[in-house]
Amino acid sequence: MSEVTYLEAIRDGLREELERDERVFMLGEDIGGYGGAFKVTDGFQARFGAERIIETPIAETAIIGAAAGAAHMGFRPVCEMQFIDFLSCGYSILTNYVATARYRADLKTPIVIRGPSGGYVRGGPFHSQNPEASYVHTPGLKVVAPATARDAKGLIKAAIRDDDPVLYFEHKYLYRRIKEHLPAGEEILTPIGKARTAREGKHLTIITYSATVWKSLEAADILDREGVSVEVIDLRTLLPLDADAIVASVRKTSRALVVHEDTRTGGLAGEIAALINERCFEWLDAPVRRVCAHDVPLPYAPTLEDFVLPQTDDIVKAARWMAAY
Amino acid sequence: MRSGEPTDPVTATPNAAAIPAGLRREQLHELYYWMRLTRSLEEKLVNLYRQTKVIGGLFRSLGQEADAVGSAFALDRSKGDILSPLIRNLGSMLVQGATPIEVLRQYMAKAQSPTRGRELNIHFNDLERGFLGQISHLGDMVPVMAGVCLSFRMRKQDRVGMVYIGDGAMSTGAFHEGINFAAVQKLPLVIICENNGYAYSTPMSRQTAVQFLVEKAAGYGVAGEQADGNDVLAVYETTKRAVDRARAGGGVTLVELITYRRKGHAEHDNQSYVPKEEIEAWEARDPIDRYTRRLLESGWATAADVDALDARVTDEIDRAVAICEHEPLPEPLTALDGVLADPPTAELEWYRRLP
Ligand SMILES: Cc1ncc(C[n+]2csc(CCOP(=O)(O)OP(=O)(O)O)c2C)c(N)n1
Ligand SMILES: [Mg+2]
Repeated sequence: MSEVTYLEAIRDGLREELERDERVFMLGEDIGGYGGAFKVTDGFQARFGAERIIETPIAETAIIGAAAGAAHMGFRPVCEMQFIDFLSCGYSILTNYVATARYRADLKTPIVIRGPSGGYVRGGPFHSQNPEASYVHTPGLKVVAPATARDAKGLIKAAIRDDDPVLYFEHKYLYRRIKEHLPAGEEILTPIGKARTAREGKHLTIITYSATVWKSLEAADILDREGVSVEVIDLRTLLPLDADAIVASVRKTSRALVVHEDTRTGGLAGEIAALINERCFEWLDAPVRRVCAHDVPLPYAPTLEDFVLPQTDDIVKAARWMAAY
Repeated sequence: MRSGEPTDPVTATPNAAAIPAGLRREQLHELYYWMRLTRSLEEKLVNLYRQTKVIGGLFRSLGQEADAVGSAFALDRSKGDILSPLIRNLGSMLVQGATPIEVLRQYMAKAQSPTRGRELNIHFNDLERGFLGQISHLGDMVPVMAGVCLSFRMRKQDRVGMVYIGDGAMSTGAFHEGINFAAVQKLPLVIICENNGYAYSTPMSRQTAVQFLVEKAAGYGVAGEQADGNDVLAVYETTKRAVDRARAGGGVTLVELITYRRKGHAEHDNQSYVPKEEIEAWEARDPIDRYTRRLLESGWATAADVDALDARVTDEIDRAVAICEHEPLPEPLTALDGVLADPPTAELEWYRRLP
């Protein structure tokens, strides 16, 4: 029984799609012989050739724009951002050109943009970002953020097969820290737009995604020993949100805590809280609360990073407060 | 220090060769000192990195010390010139007055680091001393330095700006917009392109279709210069011409320095993609070895002079490490201040006030 890390699951998913569909190709910095900064595409160029695993200059706008053009012509390009922090260099072409293409011009743009996001790794302000809020606020995109190896594989495959542009945010903290048995030969496809119940519970729902799923599960274990039964919803897809899954769980538990690693103001948690307010108000026994990062750029020093980002202990305390409300 | 000025009669050795580039003997020693300081400081950082005292990644400029030091040396600190370095330009920061202890504290994320633990490595600045720290997003400092130079012109100051850009970073849109703007405005900006062969694992041939980066100067309508980046005097002379041109109102110069990145992109990178012979060939062109030989053979320094400079470097670094190695990391709550002038402190999240 071979265990597959989160990173290997992404690699396997990409490889399977490259094998299955010759329209799939990749663009990115250092993704060729070197296999990418995190080795996600290790061995790909040898296997699929330099025509399909294209190493680019340092030019995010060109990567995204060229992917869009090829996608219009029937290809299914996958772009790697060396760090997701550099996605902002292609912000204009992505949000103005790519995201509006179908609506304004009936152009198909089935591209995937993927790359390492997230903190807890001492990366400082430019190698730790969680930029999802900007893109969730952009109609015309889809945004996914897997928390498990199974979904890492299932979502990259689904993203490549999707007919719209999909941003696929990997969490670099999870790359080699989590693993899972994924039977070889099983076709894993995680549907885009569907959340997952990571843990069932009765008293409180934690709605979260990506690395904080694991912190929420840890918190749920601790709370369980205190008699608080926590349900954890792993969103998996951030745009479009699986509103029905959120609503169903909150109506069941009557308490909702939204947790994310991104900063609070303007973050996705506010949107989810509003959704719960609109659709679960009569069911609620406590106000919806958020556990998110402090509203500052992410600093480098361990003492500062640990302070700014939400930790398991924060989730435990917030959940206790809510359970007692 | 203008060319043609006589060398200092007190320090000149009777049989010494003529000193080039209008430099004085002490300045030749200074160039050696800055290169040696750069290299030894980085070597000390490698030690600290292996002891896991460096918190994040570690980037080396091994073999590129001459290009950072020689170019920065061509600026005039008494006039308030400002440069913006990249990750491999530690040497240029030191020339402008950044100190080893500041760099050590940055890498170790100490509370007393110039950025109070917020930013990494040489991402820090002091506009008074004349350096503006980079961010990671490559290319961005070119338009920013264009703006710094714009301020010089608007205030009618004869100050010059300098910005470094790698062979890889030159592919960014930000670089293009910045140099083009500076060119059109004829700003006093010197752009140092470090052609070190690679951008991470990507050789220059996959980064650009030109053979030499200096060819791009023509496309922007700016002056272009090229020099051997491993010859500190050639770097100095070439950059000095560009600085003089900028100060005299001649606008932007693109200076390509041909050098080589002898280490991986960062300490974690084992350079599997580089032929060993290539590294060895460049080892033979080591800028510090070459310069030391030249100093000695030309009679510009004695072996005792060199030993004394080496000892000074070792002593300064050892003292700096001893002072800061055991300093504390920043207090967590300091993370909240200074996002904005008003309000001065970001809000403490509600969950941190819970029992
Ligand atoms: C806009 C942007 N994209 C990608 C990166 C990731 N990255 C960091 S350094 C680097 C290579 C830089 O190469 P070069 O400009 O030649 O400088 P060198 O490392 O050789 O000094 C890359 C791709 C980045 N920092 N910024
Ligand atoms: Mg380079």
